[in-house]
Amino acid sequence: MKIINYREIEGRSSGFLILLAILGLLALLGLGSAHYMEEHGHVVTGMTNQIVWGIPHVFAVFLIVAASGALNVASIGSVFGKSFYKPLAPLSALLAIGLLGGGLTVLMLDLGRPDRVIVAATHYNFKSVFAWNVFLYSGFFGAVAIYIWTMMDKTVSSYTKPAGYLAFVVRLLLTTGTGSIFGFLVARQFYDSALLAPMFIIMSFSYGLAIYLGVLMASYKWTNRPLGDAVINRLKNLLGVFIAAVLLLVTIFHMTNLYFTKHHGVEAFILLNGGIYTSLFWLGQIILGSLVPLVLLYAPGISKSRSAIAFACGLVILGGLSQMYVTIIGGQAYPLVLFPGYQESSSFFDGVVHNYSPSLPETLLGLGGMAIAGIIVTLGLKVLRFLPLSLADSVADPHAK
Amino acid sequence: MNEQNKTAEQVIEDYSRRKFLGTSAAVGATLAIAPGITLLDMAQARPADQAASSKNRWGLLIDSNKCATGCDDCVSACFKENAIKEGKKETDSQWIRKIELKDMQSGRTSSLPMMCQHCAEPPCVDVCPTGASFKRADGIVLVDRHICIGCRYCMMACPYKARSFVHEELTDQNPDVPRGKGCVESCTLCVHRVDKGEQPACVEACSSSGKNAMIFGDLNDPNSEISKRIAETATTQVRADLQLNPGVRYQGI
Ligand code: SF4
Repeated sequence: MKIINYREIEGRSSGFLILLAILGLLALLGLGSAHYMEEHGHVVTGMTNQIVWGIPHVFAVFLIVAASGALNVASIGSVFGKSFYKPLAPLSALLAIGLLGGGLTVLMLDLGRPDRVIVAATHYNFKSVFAWNVFLYSGFFGAVAIYIWTMMDKTVSSYTKPAGYLAFVVRLLLTTGTGSIFGFLVARQFYDSALLAPMFIIMSFSYGLAIYLGVLMASYKWTNRPLGDAVINRLKNLLGVFIAAVLLLVTIFHMTNLYFTKHHGVEAFILLNGGIYTSLFWLGQIILGSLVPLVLLYAPGISKSRSAIAFACGLVILGGLSQMYVTIIGGQAYPLVLFPGYQESSSFFDGVVHNYSPSLPETLLGLGGMAIAGIIVTLGLKVLRFLPLSLADSVADPHAK
Repeated sequence: MNEQNKTAEQVIEDYSRRKFLGTSAAVGATLAIAPGITLLDMAQARPADQAASSKNRWGLLIDSNKCATGCDDCVSACFKENAIKEGKKETDSQWIRKIELKDMQSGRTSSLPMMCQHCAEPPCVDVCPTGASFKRADGIVLVDRHICIGCRYCMMACPYKARSFVHEELTDQNPDVPRGKGCVESCTLCVHRVDKGEQPACVEACSSSGKNAMIFGDLNDPNSEISKRIAETATTQVRADLQLNPGVRYQGI
């Protein structure tokens, strides 16, 4: 294998500055919205006492799940010893940090008392999955940072492999932890399934790789560095496998739910008559987020086109956001069943499907989180050597062809 | 919490909890010795310096046969006692609500009040990352509003939809019942009254209206009226399948 030269991106072109300006503006709008929400209370959001987690959680959970998935490319190289993936590892680690940073920012700013975030760091309830996650998030940052260090500093490069293992273990724990946030809510019909945690892991593979591939293609194109088909083809095929795996797990999830009569109501709600949630499920998650990307990635004729691949990555991301919306908000919109076998009604909206329409500030907060992730990655690429100068076929895979 | 191994934070936390209850308990002690005031037999006023004890487990028994459809005296009493704005918007707090039930097979209807069920194994306490959700030794489940960060995980975990999030700035609070924007809150079983040896406001309202659909008392005391009734008649726990051992029992559903 040839020596790989990593180099910072130049970051002086007007394109780079425009990109940063747009991301910066979005991030500012997000932070401003969070401030507005804190001033006025959550009454300025679409959230209620029925839908307690809204669009900010959709973005935050998506970003956190994608963060651990983005690290996958690096893990394939270090843990599974596939040298082909090694040059791709630094970007993978940077993305992981950026996405987690963006997601956590949103999660924190959506608290009722974001000013008390320090309380979350000083008071722990060790029974709480949320509190475990606080440790997992910091552990993940730490492990990935060490991993990046071992990749960049030649003097410690012999530790790359153990550091890679460590990061891999923490990323699995992190996604399991995130999935378990929902899995532990046994009282809620839609979340009462042991399949949620494994499903979140597979979803993270797919979202993380879609983002990875998209960012890789964009940065090579915008910096005019060569990126050969060998890398693209491997990654796109892998993405296809992950998309198919998510589809399979989603099918098993719904099939097992249908096996339990008590879950028929909520399943019918999501799959058949849940209005926006049903449309987002079929149109967003299944058709646009899974089936169309599979065609774009595999259909002969189309699958060679870079724009088709980039488009597929974008669709997987949108599909992922839809899936989060259906899971998080749809799961709450369906009323809790307190008295099975009875029709319930009350002034507190028992027994009726709950309404939710995201307001502008909370949506801007969610988008702001995406932008913060983008800023971390863009600036990271500029200050440190994350990207190989060339990933042309002759460099990345000299034995191919 | 293990009393011996308290960290500095826990001591402060305990302090803030006691302060939360301190004033009212002191008032209660005075009331207890004032002549002419008969205390209800099941609730003894607790001196201010004495912590709630696991000797008691406060609970409610609600008889839905006696509870009238359309009556919401308990709800109004709760709103008044805890200075909750009477609103029924989706963002408004409702610590107690009336649920109307209709059996889907037989069509039989019934009515009952629903509030925090003060579980022995409260899921809200398990999931709370900071420990703001806690269960007092005497079984009352509370939120320490000084350490609640407003993550709302407890609301997701509660099977009874018993918790509310304060969506707006509050005005005209009852000093005995501190509440706060951005925090989660729920029925306190009128802990400030219980500590004075009184009954929760909802129970009092229900008996003064003559319906007597609610009894309050000590589930740990075999001689209390509530324990005797539960020993004699068939009662139900809502979502008994979750095995949370709620402190609120129902009859007639
Ligand atoms: S909202 Fe407050 S009481 Fe509820 S889980 Fe979060 S920190 Fe605990």
